[in-house]
Amino acid sequence: MKIISLEQASHVAKLAELELSSDELDKITSQLDDILGHVAKINEADTEGVRPTSHTLDTNNVLREDTVKDSLSQEDALKNAPQQSGGGFLVPKID
Amino acid sequence: MQLNFLTAHKLKKMLEKREVCASDIAASIQESCEKLQPKINAYINFDKSILQKQAEEIECYIAAGGKLHDFTAIPVAVKDNICTHGIKTTCASKILADYVPVYDATVIKKLQEHKYVLAGKANMDEFAMGSSNENSAFGPVKNPLDLQMVPGGSSGGPAAAVCAGMAICALGSDTGGSIRQPASLCGIVGLKPTYGLVSRYGLISFASSLDQVGPITRDVTDSANLLSAISGWDQCDSTSINTGKVSYKDFLVDDIKGLNIGVPKQLMAEGVDSQVADSVNNALEMAQHLGANIEQISLPSLEYALSVFYVIAPSEASSNLSKFDGVRYGYRNMQASTLHQMYRQTRAQGFGPEVKRRIMIGTYCLSSGYYDAYYEKAQRVRTLIINDFKKAFEKYDVLISPTSPTTAFKIGEKTGDPLSMYLSDICTIPVNLAGLPAISIPCGLSSENLPIGLQIIAGTLREDLIFKTAYSLEKAIGFNKFPLHLYE
Repeated sequence: MKIISLEQASHVAKLAELELSSDELDKITSQLDDILGHVAKINEADTEGVRPTSHTLDTNNVLREDTVKDSLSQEDALKNAPQQSGGGFLVPKID
Repeated sequence: MQLNFLTAHKLKKMLEKREVCASDIAASIQESCEKLQPKINAYINFDKSILQKQAEEIECYIAAGGKLHDFTAIPVAVKDNICTHGIKTTCASKILADYVPVYDATVIKKLQEHKYVLAGKANMDEFAMGSSNENSAFGPVKNPLDLQMVPGGSSGGPAAAVCAGMAICALGSDTGGSIRQPASLCGIVGLKPTYGLVSRYGLISFASSLDQVGPITRDVTDSANLLSAISGWDQCDSTSINTGKVSYKDFLVDDIKGLNIGVPKQLMAEGVDSQVADSVNNALEMAQHLGANIEQISLPSLEYALSVFYVIAPSEASSNLSKFDGVRYGYRNMQASTLHQMYRQTRAQGFGPEVKRRIMIGTYCLSSGYYDAYYEKAQRVRTLIINDFKKAFEKYDVLISPTSPTTAFKIGEKTGDPLSMYLSDICTIPVNLAGLPAISIPCGLSSENLPIGLQIIAGTLREDLIFKTAYSLEKAIGFNKFPLHLYE
């Protein structure tokens, strides 16, 4: 049985904001199916009463004073922008 | 022996005695890079003028009475996912092909305090996703010991650079084995430190709960010194831990008498090449002769490690890589007329096939209705793996296994089948899931003359035991192999 259908994979690509050609989608769907089939092995493990890991070390919250410091300048923040305008990032119209 | 094949600690002694100067070392690296870069492709960005300029500045610094640190004047290859201020950092991706960071990673700042020399930005698998360095937008890296073979990945460029004498040592990153596996396939030393020991600030993230920066070096002594240089608490990394200043060199002791070594049978199982197993077993026999106690042990939950990894790593990656959308930095498709079209086309054109594959897996595993079955379940099984290791370290000082189940494989051999590629990391992945430190050191050669590596794993923050064991075994094994044929 297939774990993931072409329609599902197409929906996931949409969620991931990835435009895939139909060839690409076909190939990736069958590879995803293989990989998800393999990772399904985790279901064999008995995790009754086991807490999910959130951090590998036993760490505590670390607090510090909230002090004002220099941060990245606006100029630096915009240095790698593909397009900018008036000190901001310029993007195509929002659909 | 040429300068470019020496270790940093040997070069430091020579610098102290004024037998060499910074420019000599840089010139020797430059010469080898000019000769070998076209064959090996270890670097994405190698600029001889920058190399020379740095060496001249350091000569002035030394002439003015500046202190010689462990890495003063030492050319270090830096994996191209570590940000360098004003110098392109591409992650081997088309989407970041022209990205020039406006800040330095913390590890770079720390090496600058040493007055190191940046040898160049080293090639890698795109976004560190891969085990063969064939997923680079800038072409594959070749294994210097056999140009038909892969160098391993994802830090294939840093490992190949150190192996071939194109750098003295290197910084890599390790999410599932990306430092240790290429070190093993190239016959050198690679260390993945305890999670949180080295700051990840300025490391372009792949899977944040697994990523760790670490040293790739020619010997264990350089590994300890480089870890001392780059480790330490950093307020810019909320997962950073504060151990105070540690000098790892102090743990380089040639004595493993009474050391308890466990050999997890799950990491010596089917799939491990018989030559690899024999070589690791030989090293274990040597350890026994040196007075260590060796026992086979079982960590049952390790059989789930690969599956757990291929849920958690892609999930975290799909989240981390959502920021590459063509808005603030990197490539943008300029033809798109609406915002969403721009996102989709930018990402479709900017990411390579393996990155897209992992984004798709991760997005699926985190999507509504599947989160509990995949991501949360994987994190529960991860707890079982952590517990198995904890239990093992109550009784054993270190665990030893092969680093990679096979020696270097042929370029193109595994590219058609993602799952077979993923299996290359079967011995290294459990360590990242548990946040533990582990090192790979060379332990022998196969009948094809390819290096075999063994992995030493220790408990959280027990790098002291790793260095002691690795140093003792390095002395006993006495391995060094340089690709001198490339220089003939």
